[in-house]
Amino acid sequence: MEDNTIICRCSDVTLQQVRDLIKEGYVTYDEIKRITRIGMGPCQGKTCGQLVLREIASATGQNIADIKFQTTRPPVVGVKLGLIAEEGRRNEE
Amino acid sequence: MKNSAEVVIIGAGISGCSTAYNLAKKGVKNIVVLEKNYICSGSTGRCGAGVRMQWGTEMNCKIAKESIEFYEHANEILEYDRDVDFKQKGYLLIADTDKEIEQFKKNIEVQHSCGIPSKLLSLEEAREIVPYLNTDMLKGAAFCEKDGFLNPFKTTDAFYKAAKRLGVEFNTFTEVTGIKTENGRVVGVDTNKGFISTNIVVNATNAYSKNICDMIGLDIPVYSERHQILVTEPVEPMQDPMVMSFGLNLYVQQSPEGSFIMGRGDANEPRDLRITSSWHFLEEMAKTIDAILPPISKLRVVRQWAGLYNMTPDKQPIYDKADNIEGFYLCVGYSGHGFMFGPITGIVMSEMILGEKPTIDVSMLNLNRFKTGNLLLEPSVV
Repeated sequence: MEDNTIICRCSDVTLQQVRDLIKEGYVTYDEIKRITRIGMGPCQGKTCGQLVLREIASATGQNIADIKFQTTRPPVVGVKLGLIAEEGRRNEE
Repeated sequence: MKNSAEVVIIGAGISGCSTAYNLAKKGVKNIVVLEKNYICSGSTGRCGAGVRMQWGTEMNCKIAKESIEFYEHANEILEYDRDVDFKQKGYLLIADTDKEIEQFKKNIEVQHSCGIPSKLLSLEEAREIVPYLNTDMLKGAAFCEKDGFLNPFKTTDAFYKAAKRLGVEFNTFTEVTGIKTENGRVVGVDTNKGFISTNIVVNATNAYSKNICDMIGLDIPVYSERHQILVTEPVEPMQDPMVMSFGLNLYVQQSPEGSFIMGRGDANEPRDLRITSSWHFLEEMAKTIDAILPPISKLRVVRQWAGLYNMTPDKQPIYDKADNIEGFYLCVGYSGHGFMFGPITGIVMSEMILGEKPTIDVSMLNLNRFKTGNLLLEPSVV
C-alpha cells in the first residue's frame, strides 16, 4: 500500500500518519485513535480497525490477536435520535 | 522504569501531565508519571470537550478564566506540533425556571467581578445565536463568547509531549498498588512493575482518587459518578456555541469535525466506578434533544460512552496536601471540570510542592473545608 493511502475513510487518516505515530511511540490502538480520530467516525472502526491493528503488530512484533481494539460501544449501527426519542415516549405511555 | 524519583505523579490525565510539565519547567529534574492505562485514558479523555468561564463561585471563575487564557495560546506555549483545536464559539446557558434566571444573575455578577465577559440574554437574543432553539419552555439565557470547544486528547498530548521534552519519564500501563510511608512521610510507591523510592507523591487520579488516598489512610469526602455522552454522525457546521442547561440536565455542542457531542449526568447512579453504557441515557438524552433542539434529532447516534466525575460536597476541586502524611499532595475532585482547569492545576500544584508564592490563591480549596463546613457551593454543574 502507498503511504498516502487513506485507511480511515471517516476521518481521512493516511497510512503515513499512522506509521509516524507508531514511530513516535503511540503503539496502542486507543492512543492512535485519540490523536487521529481513527475509529470515532460513522464506521466505528469497522473499516480501519483491522488495518491499524496490523500496522501496530508489524511495527512492534506483537501477534495481532494480542493487540487490544477499542471498547465496543452501542449502538451497533447509527440510529436517529428522533427515533430513539419516539420509542422512549411510547415506552412511557 | 526508574527506581527513584524526586516526584512521582499518579495519573496521566490533564492534571497529572500539566503538573509534570510545570514542575519540570521550574527545574525539577527527576519526575516520574505513573498511569495504569494509557495517556488520557481516564476522565480527561472521556469528557465533553467543553471549556467555560460561566461559573457561580469566584474561585471556579478565577481558575477557569486563567485556564482559558492559557488555552488561547496553548499551541505556542507548549510548542505543540499538532493543534489543540481551541474554538471559542461560546456557551449558551438556557434556563427553564425563573429561579434559574435569578441564579444566572447572581453568577454573572461574580463573573463580571472576575472580568468574565458574560451576559444575560432574552429568548429572542438566544434564538439569534441558535435559530432552531425551541424556547417554548424556556425563560431566558446567558452567554459568554469566550467559552468553547477544546480537544481533550490533543491538549493532554501537548502537555505530555512538552513534559517529556523536559525530561519527565512517563510509564503507561503501570498501576500503583501501594504507597510506602515511614515515620509519617512518603518514602516510595509500589507498582505492578516494581518499586520507586520518592519523598513526594501527587495524587492526580481524579475518579480513582479515593482508592489512592486509602493507601495512606487519608479519608477524603469524594465519590465518583458516571456521566454519559453520545456523539452523532458529522454534518456541516450548523451550531456555534455549546448549549447547556442545568435544569434540563443537558449540554450539546458541535465539534470542529462536525459531529454533535452531548451528555448529562444522573445523581442516582450507583457509585461503583462503572463506565459502561446504558440505554436509559440514550432515551432520556434523545427526548430532551427532540424537545429543545429539534433539527439535531434527525442525526444518527454513532457511539455513546461514559466517564467519571469525581464529586466533592461543594463541587469545587481539592488542591492540598495530606495532613497525616508528609509529602502526599492531591489535585482531585473536579466534579466534572478538571479538563478545563488543567493549566491552573499544574501551576498551583507545582507552586505548592516547591513552596513558592501562588499565582492564584487556591488555599480555600483545602481538605479542611469539609471538616469546618465552610463550603461555598458551586451551583452550575451538569
